[in-house]
Amino acid sequence: MERCAVVGLGQTKYSKRHEITVDGLVRWAAKNALEDAGLEWKDLDAIVIGKAPDALEGIMMPELSLADALGSIGKPIHRVHTAGSVGASTAISAATLIESGMYDTVLTLGYEKQSDGNATWALGGGRSGSQGAGGSFAPWIRKYIAKSGAPPEVGIKVAVKDRLNALRNPNAHLHLYDIDEKKVKESPMLWDPIHFLESCPSSDGAAAMVLTNEKGAKKAPKKPAWVIAHAKRTEFTQFPGRDTVKPQAGVDCAEALYKKAGITNPRKQIDCAELYVPFSWYEPMWLEGHLIAPENEGWKMTLEGATAIGGDFPVNMSGGVLSSNPIGASGMIRCLEAANQVRGTAGEYQVDGARVALGHAYGGAANYFAMWIVSSEKDPKF
Amino acid sequence: MASRTHGKEDIAIVAVAQTPSYRAFEETEPLLLLTLTNEILKATGLERNDVDFTIAGSCDYLSGLPFAFVSNVDGFGAWPPVYESHLEMDGAWALFEAYVRLQMGDIDTALVAGSGKSSPGRPREIFALQSNPYYLAPLGFDPISLAGMQANALIDSGKATEEDFARVVSRSRRDGLSNPYAQVAKDVSPEALLKEPYYAQPLRKHDLPPISDGASMLLLARGDRARELSDNPVWITGIDHRMESSHPGLRDLTESTSTRIAAEKLGLDGGAFDVAELMVSYSPEEIVLKNALGLTDSVRINPSGGPLCGHPVMATGLARVCEAARLIQRGEAGRALAHASSGGALQQNLLCTLQASAS
Repeated sequence: MERCAVVGLGQTKYSKRHEITVDGLVRWAAKNALEDAGLEWKDLDAIVIGKAPDALEGIMMPELSLADALGSIGKPIHRVHTAGSVGASTAISAATLIESGMYDTVLTLGYEKQSDGNATWALGGGRSGSQGAGGSFAPWIRKYIAKSGAPPEVGIKVAVKDRLNALRNPNAHLHLYDIDEKKVKESPMLWDPIHFLESCPSSDGAAAMVLTNEKGAKKAPKKPAWVIAHAKRTEFTQFPGRDTVKPQAGVDCAEALYKKAGITNPRKQIDCAELYVPFSWYEPMWLEGHLIAPENEGWKMTLEGATAIGGDFPVNMSGGVLSSNPIGASGMIRCLEAANQVRGTAGEYQVDGARVALGHAYGGAANYFAMWIVSSEKDPKF
Repeated sequence: MASRTHGKEDIAIVAVAQTPSYRAFEETEPLLLLTLTNEILKATGLERNDVDFTIAGSCDYLSGLPFAFVSNVDGFGAWPPVYESHLEMDGAWALFEAYVRLQMGDIDTALVAGSGKSSPGRPREIFALQSNPYYLAPLGFDPISLAGMQANALIDSGKATEEDFARVVSRSRRDGLSNPYAQVAKDVSPEALLKEPYYAQPLRKHDLPPISDGASMLLLARGDRARELSDNPVWITGIDHRMESSHPGLRDLTESTSTRIAAEKLGLDGGAFDVAELMVSYSPEEIVLKNALGLTDSVRINPSGGPLCGHPVMATGLARVCEAARLIQRGEAGRALAHASSGGALQQNLLCTLQASAS
């Protein structure tokens, strides 16, 4: 198997981008990634893109209309769609192109331009009177709180922490300079127990990475992030006895990932993580759901400050999905920011000495999972 | 910079399954897939959990439901949880990704699906949304209009005539009579077809594919695992796909440059195939493709009748691979070429070469 290295990272500013076309948005991120990699369009062998439903912008199978903007003329391009996990699934799909030995250099990109459509409508499966994504997840969050005995301020603390982190990230959509626990608590209750300020924004933006093989990594102008392992798992959306708080697919995905990477103690051996947390409570839920914290104890990591920058397991240093959510890009951003950390290029939100980082995304009815682990070392020992 | 059309691992198709092409399938898309999953498992003697990787192609827009593909998971099974992915593309591209994934050498089998139901929607309105959203989609620029422009370009350049289009349809529809999956099939002469009225001049309704619902599926296996699972595995000797500009004005519609690039990468010799299953959704496309691929008259094109006899969108391209593989399985062909396409006027093209032996 050929090894895959991340050698270029590119992002747009995340916000409502009324001033730019979808073509412009994706080209912006792609160009940034190419420049970071010291490469040009002609150096790309294939392009892999991902985004959430086409109905968000009303553009069907957008690899067709974006063919020119993505520099894919005369090249292979394909498009992944695995609901909210799509950004991470897309990065993994692109990594397999490299690892297969069939392609030398690949551009992978995720985007969404939510201001062009009605995200809550689309996220409700296109039906009228949608309860939105938060409406789907709130009952499971309540179940988690009841089961784990977590105190109510856990979600509020996550919401504040991620927004404070976002202040260090110029690309983040939300820059809430006056954020504090009181403000979160006093914000409208959307879906009990999720307050408005415990929810992700609706963002526009694109994120791109240039992936290459060992030969390409040697020529790269900057330090690469090595892809150590990746995994994807899917389960049915509903069935009797389904654990909706800690879905088996999430557990299986983490187990497969750690096994491939040689990780036996994720909390100790992984230096930091970008987890897909669109609603605050999903931080402790995924810490448990992906075996980083023991069952019913993920919230303790949050309360103890372990997940803050400076803690022993920082989560969402970039501000996370709670601060920027261009859905189709959000999983890609998690993978990208994990690479950013181990390359040591995360600037104000850099975790000192980050060697191994986790990028994660989930989607659908928390039934799709995609994760990868990157490292500054090609073969990190644990 | 380099790309390859074949990896180190030999990968074979060990089972194929297709639903008939229905004008309107009254049940759900997951049911189409479930039927095929059961058929593939039965043919190979595998349990669902024995399959290492699953990847499907479908399109939300056909049913008008964002996340429609999520329920398709019910059709191929996901408990215990499965290693799975999905492309918002024809299943032929899912085949591409599955082939690439198996090259990593750590897993042995991949289930590949494509499914679509066009019947609930209004395809002409929906497919116009594939064109440039700022300049073309507002004009209702749909694939039928584009196919009409392509047909006119062929006629104007002297590369084809309306009689040529009619001959493609006549042969395809006649071949469809012997295909149990065909939706429309008829023994009709080119002369009779030319008497029909125009629909999108110079195209007549029969130059267009029918509106169809359906699914196709196949199981890939690596090396020795393929030999264990099948007495007559069909080996993939190469796969490649290429894109063209989204601006029709920047393309020569009488040519398929992306097909030419893919053929060149694969080192195709147009005469070296017994059969070519081409995704000819509109009759003029056959002329463009035959030319781009350099197919000689000895190569039999679309013995299944092709998409002109049944066009279950998102399954149509993968169905070409299934049809070609079945001919090799049955010993009716030694080497076959399968082609899939996406977008208006053959904007994106995929080629896959198949044969009875691994090398």
